Amino acid sequence: MNKTAVRSKKKGIKGVGQELFKNRLLYTMMSIGIVWILIFSYLPMAGLVVAFKKFSYADGILKSPWAGLDNFKFLFSNKDLFNITFNTVYLNLLFIIFGTITSVFLALLFVEIRNKTFKKTSQSIVIIPYFISWAVVAMFLQGFLGDRGLVNQLLAHFGMENIQFYKNPSSWRVILVLLRIWQGAGFGTIIYIATITGFDTQIYEAAKIDGANRFQLILKLTLPMLKTTIVMLTLMSIGNIFKGDFGMIYALIGDNSLIYSKTDVIDTYVYRALRNNSNLGFSTAVSFYQSMVGFMIVLFSNWLTRRVDPDSALF
Amino acid sequence: MTEIVLNKSKIKKGKDAVILDTIVVVVITLFCMFCILPFIMLIATSFETETNIVRDGYKLWPSTFTTQAYETVFKTGQIFKAYGVTVFITVVGTILSMAVTIMLSYPLSLSKVKYKTPISFFVYFTMLFNGGLVPSYLLISKYMNFRDNIWVLIIPVLLNPWNMFMLKNFFRSIPEELSEAAYIDGANDIKILTKVILPVSIPGIATISLFYALMYWNQWYNAMLYIDSKDLFPLQYYIMNLTRSMDAIKEMARMTGQSFSNLPSNSIRMATAVVTIGPVIFVYPFVQKYFTSGIMVGSIKG
Repeated sequence: MNKTAVRSKKKGIKGVGQELFKNRLLYTMMSIGIVWILIFSYLPMAGLVVAFKKFSYADGILKSPWAGLDNFKFLFSNKDLFNITFNTVYLNLLFIIFGTITSVFLALLFVEIRNKTFKKTSQSIVIIPYFISWAVVAMFLQGFLGDRGLVNQLLAHFGMENIQFYKNPSSWRVILVLLRIWQGAGFGTIIYIATITGFDTQIYEAAKIDGANRFQLILKLTLPMLKTTIVMLTLMSIGNIFKGDFGMIYALIGDNSLIYSKTDVIDTYVYRALRNNSNLGFSTAVSFYQSMVGFMIVLFSNWLTRRVDPDSALF
Repeated sequence: MTEIVLNKSKIKKGKDAVILDTIVVVVITLFCMFCILPFIMLIATSFETETNIVRDGYKLWPSTFTTQAYETVFKTGQIFKAYGVTVFITVVGTILSMAVTIMLSYPLSLSKVKYKTPISFFVYFTMLFNGGLVPSYLLISKYMNFRDNIWVLIIPVLLNPWNMFMLKNFFRSIPEELSEAAYIDGANDIKILTKVILPVSIPGIATISLFYALMYWNQWYNAMLYIDSKDLFPLQYYIMNLTRSMDAIKEMARMTGQSFSNLPSNSIRMATAVVTIGPVIFVYPFVQKYFTSGIMVGSIKG
C-alpha cells in the first residue's frame, strides 16, 4: 500500500496532465460551467469580506478601509435582527409543516381515485399554481384582501367588520402559509404519489385477504411505508430553513412596513439595506451571518439525515 | 399521470369504500376549487367595468362585460415589449442554460473522468454556502458594469447546481454499454454525447429545460436589481410595477391618451395578469407528463 502511495505521488503532476489530456474533450466541456461557477458563486463568497470593511462604492472592495468587527457589533445590537431571524425560521417551519401535511394528505387521496378522467383533471389543476409567479399572486391577492376584495365582501355579507389586511400584520402568517399551500402543495404531491405507486402491491393483496378495509390499508400500510420519504424530504428542507423566500415575500409584501413585524425575513431586510445604500458593509454583515448560520444548519440537517438513513444523506 | 394498481380489486364495494370514495371526491374537488379560484377572479374582474369594481368590489362573475381593459393593455404596446423581453430571455436563456448544464453534468456522470468527485464537490459547495446579495450585486453592477443590459437577466442565473445534479443523475442511469459500442467504433466524446446519449435522454432534458424555462419566465428579481430602462422590463417585473405603483398606470393613461381618472386601473391590472399567465396555462398540458419523471430523477441523491 505504501509503495502505491509513493508511486502515485511521483506520478502527481504528470498524472494530472495525462488525465486532462486523455479526457480533454470532456474537461473542455466542463470548463465553461466551472468558470461560470467561479465567477458567479465563488467570487461573491470572497466578496463577503465587505462585511469587515467600511465600504464606499467609489473606493470599491479593495480600497475601502477595514472596519474590523464594527458592522457585526452594529448588527448584533440591532433590534431588527431578532425579528428577521425569527420570522425567517418560523415562516419556513410553518411552510414545511403545513406544506408537507397537505401534500401527503392529497397524495393519499389521489391514489384512491378510481375515475381516470377525474384523477387526471384534478391532478392537472392542483399543479397549475406552481407555474404562476409571485408577481401575479401579489396582484390577485389584492383582489382577495383589498378593501373591496372578496374576503371583505364575504365578511360584510355575514355582517362582520371590514379587515384592513394591508395595514394589520396579525393574519399575515396564515395568509402566507395558505398561499404557499396554494402554490406548492399540489406540486408536492407528485413525489409522494410516485412513491406510493412504487410500493409492492403484494403487501396490499395480502392485507386485503386478511380482511383489511381501505381505511386500514391507508393508515396501517401506506402511511407507515411513506414515513421514510416524508422524513427525508422534511430534513432536506430543514437545511434551507435560514433562507427566506425573497421571491415570495418581497413580491407580496414589498415595502409595506406596516406588516413587517410578521413578514420581514433576512433576505428582504438585506435587499432594503442594499437599496437604501446607507451602509453596504452592514448589509453584507447580515448576509455573512445568514450564510454562516445557514451553513451550520445544512451540516446539522445532513448529519441528522445520515443518522436516519445514510443513503439519503447529501454528503 | 400515474396508474395505481392497488385498488383495482373486484370485490364488492363495502360501506367503508363508499365513504372513502365520497371523502376523496369531495376533498379533491374542494382543493381544486381553491386552486382555480384566483384564476376565476382574475378573469371575471378583467371583464368588469371600473365603476362596478369601485362600487361592488372584485368579482367571481362579472355583472357587466367590457373588453376596455384589454384594449387599453394592448394599445399601450408596453405589454408587447415586456413579452418580447420575457420570450427572449426564456428561449435564449433556456437554450444556453441547457448547453452549459449538459456540458457540465455529462462528464461528471462518467466513471472514466478521474476528477469528477472534486469537481462535483466544487459545484455542490455553492449549494451549501453563498456570498449573498451584496457581493453579487457589487460584482455585477460595479465590477462588470452589466447594468441595464438584457443579458444581465440571463448570464448571472445561467447555471443552477440543483438542475445540474438532477441531469447528472439522469445521465448516470443510462447504461454505459450504450456508449461503449460507439467508442469501439472510434467516436469521440462529443459525438457520443450528441448522437448516443442525448437522443435517449429526452425526458430528462425536457424536465430540466422546463425548470429553467419556468425560472426565466417568472423572474423579476434581477430586473428589479439591474434594469432601469422600461423597455427592458420582463413581464413579471412589469406586472409588479403595475401592482405597486400608480405611476405605471399614469404612464398608461398618457400613452393611450385617456384621462387618468377614466382609466380602468383595477381591471387593467387583472387583464394584464390574464395576458401574462395565458401562455403558461396553454403550454402546461403539453409538458405536464415530464414533471413526474423529472421530480423522481431529482429525488435521487446527487
